[in-house]
Amino acid sequence: MSPTPAILHASYALAHAPDLVRYGSKPVREIGRDPSLRPRITEALRPWDEVVAYPPNQVFIGNLAPDALASIPRPWYENRIESADPAGTFGRMVTQPALYGLMKLCDDFDLLAIDGELAQQAGADLVDFDHRRGRITGVDPAELRTMAAENSGLDIHQDGRRAGFIRTAHDQDEALTASVLLENLVSKATAVLAVSDLLRSAGVAADEIDYLLNCGEEAVGDRYQRGGGSLSKAVGEVVGCVNATGSDIKAFCSAPVHALIAAGALVAAGVHRYVVVLGGGSQAKLGMKFGAHLRNGVPVMEDCLASMAFLVGPAGADGEGLRLRLDLAGKHPIGAGSSPKAVYEALVVEPLVRSGLRMTDIDKYAVEMHNPEITEPGGSGDVPRTNYRTLAAMAVLRREIGREEIGSFVAERGMPGFAPTQGHIPAGVPYLGHALEAMRSGRLDRAMIVAKGSLFLGRMTQLVDGVSFVVER
Amino acid sequence: MDLEDQANVNRLAETSGTDDMVVLLGQPDANSAGLFAETVTRGDPTWAGPLAGVPLGLPVFHVLEPEIKEQMDGDLYDEHVGLMELSADVDEIIKWVAVCRD
Amino acid sequence: MDLRGRRVVAIGEREGVTGPSLKLLAESAGADVVFSVTQCFV
Repeated sequence: MSPTPAILHASYALAHAPDLVRYGSKPVREIGRDPSLRPRITEALRPWDEVVAYPPNQVFIGNLAPDALASIPRPWYENRIESADPAGTFGRMVTQPALYGLMKLCDDFDLLAIDGELAQQAGADLVDFDHRRGRITGVDPAELRTMAAENSGLDIHQDGRRAGFIRTAHDQDEALTASVLLENLVSKATAVLAVSDLLRSAGVAADEIDYLLNCGEEAVGDRYQRGGGSLSKAVGEVVGCVNATGSDIKAFCSAPVHALIAAGALVAAGVHRYVVVLGGGSQAKLGMKFGAHLRNGVPVMEDCLASMAFLVGPAGADGEGLRLRLDLAGKHPIGAGSSPKAVYEALVVEPLVRSGLRMTDIDKYAVEMHNPEITEPGGSGDVPRTNYRTLAAMAVLRREIGREEIGSFVAERGMPGFAPTQGHIPAGVPYLGHALEAMRSGRLDRAMIVAKGSLFLGRMTQLVDGVSFVVER
Repeated sequence: MDLEDQANVNRLAETSGTDDMVVLLGQPDANSAGLFAETVTRGDPTWAGPLAGVPLGLPVFHVLEPEIKEQMDGDLYDEHVGLMELSADVDEIIKWVAVCRD
Repeated sequence: MDLRGRRVVAIGEREGVTGPSLKLLAESAGADVVFSVTQCFV
């Protein structure tokens, strides 16, 4: 009999990166135009303790349930959680020195150099990290200065000083410039943290992992195949997955859901026993909406790199894990049309109807989980709320609920957005950790994870994409 | 509004005039609809894009406005806008776009 | 506002009505859509 696939464990991480915000895609371009913006951004960034105590971040790492966030009044950046813990039920937050340390231990090509003081801080902040800690070494400041003078690249900052340097790897290759390599190294390093924590919490040995599926959006490769490379094995190598190979699945924000369905299928088909789906942080999206945040006098809140990892394997005899109902996988086919009605019909209604279920048979929907406090100042609205109201309207059209029940449908089957605007991270999957907890304690029977991706951003099609799956106790 | 799109709108207005031009919006909430409407009437309120300080004064309408809806094919409208008509705060969206237009 | 014969700039959004949808709708009203785009905020 073929095994029933399940999401057995989830792990999430947030790496505080205030000094990398200046290298986010939007800040780089805007600071280039108006250098006076840089000190203004620096002034509006939050210190570590405020980032730890920020309620949406506490939800992301599992210390606070999404429903509890709904009852904390906005603005959340002012209504912080007292004595908040950076270690969470299924995730953690790490300091910027720890992030630099992870980047250093992930750097196989001597791209990044940091000074001795930073190396020491990084080592201290990563004292409980199991892999390659000996690689977190520093150089003296004079050597760093020489390196920066002789190479093209980017300065790395800590506590207001130049504390490191990342160099361009090939002068004539746009795919290997320091800024691209920074994006890729950051993604690798943060994914390594999430995967390492995942294996530790799951109690699965690294050498038991058969396959790795990275679903991050970074373009790894060189000039002949920009974006054609893979991060999966690079991450697995650091954490000791010696028996695994892997590949990357690209589909903008919807890639993690594609990857989890693929992982489930590999397990169900008996090709692999344990598959890890992973995604690192998105450097390019740091500070993306800083302009709106400055104009509105709110903190620049896109200050953390988010990462995640999921262990997919055979459902245990004890019922542990979220059973993946692959027979209920939904997709938005090319011919479906791109109206919201067509999208939700394909993604949500069709798979349910196929199995004789109704929309109200799903206890919780996880959609685009972007934190509204980040998006609203720029006029982008509350994305999860819009998604949930659209889903509810769909239920009205299907005569499953009355029009007056839209609000209660949203309150009961939705949740507030709590994920940082980190590209592929927010689409549905930030809820999986909470779903695992809720199903373990018997508070949840069935949830649907829905992701959409804006394919049109790449200028190759006007299409949107979407995929979904259902998990059950 | 995306800076590249601001540039496109600005170029269209400059090269072929604004006489018979209308902007049609499809945002699902009042906040963003208002922001887009303002950008193509009084100029980019964020002062970040090519339309900063450029009051194009274009007539701007939201697809949810009744006088727009009645001109469109009914079946197409149900398919593409029906869901948003149910889920969005229609009055609020129309109000914010109208404020910019007037 | 009579859309017939007008040049329409359609600015849609992924979570609302997309650019291609607005284009179809405006054309059904007799307009000439000269530019359409879908914004994605996230």
